[in-house]
Amino acid sequence: MSATNGTTNMTLLQALNLALHEEMERSKDVVVLGEDVGRNGGVFRTTDGLFAKFGAERVMDTPLAESGIIGTAVGMAMYGLKPVAEIQFSDFIFPAFDQIVSEMAKMRYRSGGEFTCPVVVRTPAGGGIRGGHYHSQSPEAYFCHTPGLQVVYPATPEDAKGLLKSAIRGADPVIFFEPKRIYRTVKGDVPNDPDFTVPIGKARVARAGKDVTIVSWGAMVHTSLEAAEKAARNGVDIEVIDLRTLVPLDEECILTSVRKTGRVVIASEATRTCGFASEISAIIAEEAIDCLEAPIVRVTGYDTPFPYTLEHVYMPGPARVLDAVQRVRAF
Amino acid sequence: MSIHSQPEGLVRVLPLPGLPANTRAPELPAEEHRSMFRSMLLIRMLDEKMLLLQRQGRIAFFGPSAGQEAAIIGSGAVARKDDWVFPALREAGIALHRGFPLEQYFGQLFGNVLDPQQGRQQPMHFSSGAVHYVSLSSPIATQLPQATGAAVAAKLKGDGAVIFAYLGDGATSEHDFHCALNFAAVWKAPVIFCCQNNGWAISVPFEKQTASGSVAVKAAAYGMPGIAVDGNDALAVRTTTELAFARAQRGEGPALLEFVTWRRGGHSSSDDPTRYRDEASIPAWVLVDPIERYRAWLRAGGILGPGNEEAIALDLKASIEEGIAKAEHAPRPDLDSMFSDVYSTMPPALTRQMMSADRDTSGKAEGAFPL
Repeated sequence: MSATNGTTNMTLLQALNLALHEEMERSKDVVVLGEDVGRNGGVFRTTDGLFAKFGAERVMDTPLAESGIIGTAVGMAMYGLKPVAEIQFSDFIFPAFDQIVSEMAKMRYRSGGEFTCPVVVRTPAGGGIRGGHYHSQSPEAYFCHTPGLQVVYPATPEDAKGLLKSAIRGADPVIFFEPKRIYRTVKGDVPNDPDFTVPIGKARVARAGKDVTIVSWGAMVHTSLEAAEKAARNGVDIEVIDLRTLVPLDEECILTSVRKTGRVVIASEATRTCGFASEISAIIAEEAIDCLEAPIVRVTGYDTPFPYTLEHVYMPGPARVLDAVQRVRAF
Repeated sequence: MSIHSQPEGLVRVLPLPGLPANTRAPELPAEEHRSMFRSMLLIRMLDEKMLLLQRQGRIAFFGPSAGQEAAIIGSGAVARKDDWVFPALREAGIALHRGFPLEQYFGQLFGNVLDPQQGRQQPMHFSSGAVHYVSLSSPIATQLPQATGAAVAAKLKGDGAVIFAYLGDGATSEHDFHCALNFAAVWKAPVIFCCQNNGWAISVPFEKQTASGSVAVKAAAYGMPGIAVDGNDALAVRTTTELAFARAQRGEGPALLEFVTWRRGGHSSSDDPTRYRDEASIPAWVLVDPIERYRAWLRAGGILGPGNEEAIALDLKASIEEGIAKAEHAPRPDLDSMFSDVYSTMPPALTRQMMSADRDTSGKAEGAFPL
């Protein structure tokens, strides 16, 4: 097995780290910035080794200010660099919300394409690490609601590497959510090829099935797969769609599956009201209601702040997903 | 007590009654002086003309710059071709000074196809890649960390560019002001923060914006020089900006310049300052016309003769009239322009929305019953 052929088994975190190393080697315009990303290698170690290899000029420990991180990244990108900015936890992204929504997302549009800022914002998201309100949330819907942003959310090591590389090589700004709960718990075979990429905007059938479709993304893909395995032992054949990218959304992949199964569960750990699950539900209702055998069911977090002690209640597990499967089957 | 009431210590080249010069004039070729004067005059003439057009309903909105011409051009003229300008609301004169065509300026105000942004933004939100004048957004101070980032990028690329970041006094209260100055100072970024302290953020006077006494004093906390300048003195602004520029070029990092000036009119064409401003309490010195001050010096030095001045004014007037005549009736942007440039390539869902909008606007969707 040569260095550029075959695969290596690694964690999702290692796959992200590998992608950063490869892209920084590939182009000197790629820079990394954020809180503790330099000498410390990031609080999750996602940027481990970059500082030693590429130096402080390209791996920048920033002052502690999220709006400053994204604001400066926007300026760097406009000037021709390719910044990969880390927001340490997506719960802390809100001071930078204005820079993301008013600036990063709209720069191409409002300048007639004369200025662009294809920043990649990497940010760990989701619960399950006993982090309470501010280390656990899933704020992806806020960004999906903003034209001009791509929103990416990988679930596997292979996709983590391939999608991050696509994001860095792309011409548009990307909010890149990382499912931190499975940083180290999910392992997979990752192509060694430094030019391996996964296209943004293409969903994946994570498990083929014929009875019920579960649409999910991020760590919930694994919850959904676990539910699907349990269902299979009871003779129910579930298809699991891993969206991989929320914006632009691969509607065709979802609709193809729905037209096949006629029964849909959408599983997301984010807050329920106006969550991205609701958008998918609306699209299915508009485009494929004639194929549905049962109402669409969303399995989501609750409309409460993310709790600490009861996080296992807040976050949908396989049992709640299976309950929803039962509901769409029993209708 | 606002700095507007304490003008004694401001950097000054052009004296005023009771306020002597404390700095020498910059050494500039006569042609450069005339070029600056011309741009200052252009700003004033555009102001008068565009406010008139707004009152006539021909443009929707305008943000005047009258009284701030010295601060705008005295600083902006220091930027070279390859330097970048991140503007606030009142720096369009810098774009024009750098070669932004009047035709595009008017196209932006009319929101038609002559606008490089295809009428996507409200009037006054100019943008020009060609002259490195970055697209303005309405949220306050967001351009400042971006300017710091661009300066870091220029430093990393080693191309020697210096970034000019503009702000008003109101922007100093925003978190992005803090982020921008802090990051820039820590990273020794080649950026000059140019604050036009015109005394007012819409209806809020400077002393209600901050208890600091001045903008310049804030620089100390960030670890960079802060200099307060008579912002109605084109030569003081120019010479101070050159100092900051040289410092940035030497790799010594950013500076915060405060051009103490005065907003003579409303915040915008939508604003009525008589609702909140007592005209009688305005310090007299801020109302001495910056164009008159510069003009007197240029005449005294033989740089500007009556013939020059008349020729400049006539030429500008003709350009403005011609530009408006040409731009006003240019077509509206196509429907496609609403959907393009959201992304580098249009996603399928957006293409479908565009086709649907086309249907909505082409008369096929009449909304008529019976269905």
